Amino acid sequence: MKQIKTIAIKEFKDYFISPIAYIVISLFLIVTGWFFFSTFFIFGRADLRDFFSLLPIIFSFIIPAITMRLFSEEKNVGSYETILTMPVSFTDIALGKFFAATLFTASMLLPTLAYPIFISFIGEVDPGPVIGGYIGAIFLAAAYCSLGLFASALTRNQIIAFIIGCSLCFTLTILDKLLFFMPSKIISAIEYIGANSHFTNISRGIIDSRDILYFVSVIFIFIFSTYIVMHEKN
Amino acid sequence: MIEVQNLTKYFKDFRAVNNISMTIRKGEILGLLGPNGAGKTTTLRMLTGYFRPNSGTIKIKGFQMPKDAIRIKSLIGYLPESAPLYHNMLVYDYLEYVAKIKGIEDKEKRYDRFLQLSDICGLSAIMDKPIANLSKGLKQRVGIAHAMMTDPEILILDEPTSGLDPNQIVEIRDIIKTIGKEKTIIFSTHILSEAEATCDRIAIIHNGKMVADDTTANLKLGAEQNSLIKLSLKGALKEDAASLLKSIHSSLDIKIVDPVEKDLISFEVTYSNEGSKNHDFRSDIYLKIKETDWIIIQLIKESQTLEKIFRELTREDA
Repeated sequence: MKQIKTIAIKEFKDYFISPIAYIVISLFLIVTGWFFFSTFFIFGRADLRDFFSLLPIIFSFIIPAITMRLFSEEKNVGSYETILTMPVSFTDIALGKFFAATLFTASMLLPTLAYPIFISFIGEVDPGPVIGGYIGAIFLAAAYCSLGLFASALTRNQIIAFIIGCSLCFTLTILDKLLFFMPSKIISAIEYIGANSHFTNISRGIIDSRDILYFVSVIFIFIFSTYIVMHEKN
Repeated sequence: MIEVQNLTKYFKDFRAVNNISMTIRKGEILGLLGPNGAGKTTTLRMLTGYFRPNSGTIKIKGFQMPKDAIRIKSLIGYLPESAPLYHNMLVYDYLEYVAKIKGIEDKEKRYDRFLQLSDICGLSAIMDKPIANLSKGLKQRVGIAHAMMTDPEILILDEPTSGLDPNQIVEIRDIIKTIGKEKTIIFSTHILSEAEATCDRIAIIHNGKMVADDTTANLKLGAEQNSLIKLSLKGALKEDAASLLKSIHSSLDIKIVDPVEKDLISFEVTYSNEGSKNHDFRSDIYLKIKETDWIIIQLIKESQTLEKIFRELTREDA
């Protein structure tokens, strides 16, 4: 438990030592800010629905960029040997890195709290969907972080890790938009696999245990897969 | 302390380590020698749990790899080959991180240990520097501090002196020797004189196989089949001197070689140790030449060097 914390803190600090953190956060804020506010005043609705509906697609590109270095860099530099020969288990390492990435995405979302505060000055904001939206965003980010973590464990090349991570996240994001290609019998199953419907539910302010269970399962499956990859590669 | 049995490791079809077995007792310093690509690093990586062997068992202090991997890892301090460290961290932050992961929770204790280590490894001037800016030798020192962090019972060092300057090499050797009195140390190296100077025991690996495993003295003794005496004379004629030497004993093989200095005649006299029952022919040669008016400039018995043994054992056709 202590080791997970130590690794998570170290990895989290690493983001801010290098310029990655600042670049990624700025990029995220610019892109979300632009897309959200360019239509905000046209619709004239005092809510964050449009902002949250942007998140799945933006996260599918931003989060793999955050997670791509987690394992790939260590493997490339050789410090992977250092960490694996210290008395920590594979699970500790995978969880530590996962929490660091999730914590980082949370801190990336932190400045966007200015949006609801700003909107509350110009209109009546319903706190339910906003709180739900942020909870959903954290779950979504955590799920995508586990995907990115898994992609990073596969290869020592950060670019490849990024592309694999993007494809995985993007697939989960757009799966429910591809439903009309699917045979009608499996539509409900495919819809369940896609991340979008679950995230939309939560961001409407409906916190359903089924949606939470979905995100927790995705996180569990991919951290477990990461563990298996680490185990097989060593 | 460490028992290794029939260790084998494949990389795809390539057999990097082939059926290596060895036992290392407590307090022993074992030097692992071998040419490049012989399997030294792979062997060490299996001992530290970084690689999993394809077959064979590793038992350390009664713990079995990989079942008790974490227990074993906490017993071992390991310095990887090129001391790969986290480049964007400061030396102090790195040591702090390592100490925390290795379970030194107490802040006071951690601090004391850093002081000791920075004394041993000479880190005090670089504590606040980013690791990326350090030279190879300095990184190596940080790596050694990492390995010794918890004062482990077993130290595994992969080429600890590579990249260090001659003064540092001597320092590191001294460290190895001092801590080797209580700890078990395994280290790999290319430098034979280093192994000879620091190790109790030497294991030579070639093409993934263990070709020798013995104390330094035994290794030298066993490899000596022939003795070689180098002789240089002044004021003698080649033929006369050769026939005089031949008359000492029929088993002597005399070869005239290029003179070591001008105006000298040089010979190499070889004889088998078995045939002569380890008799030293130097005195015979001296007495014979005393009868003439030649002057002996040089009379040396070449002893087998570790280098020679190493080369014999690791020849490509061997």
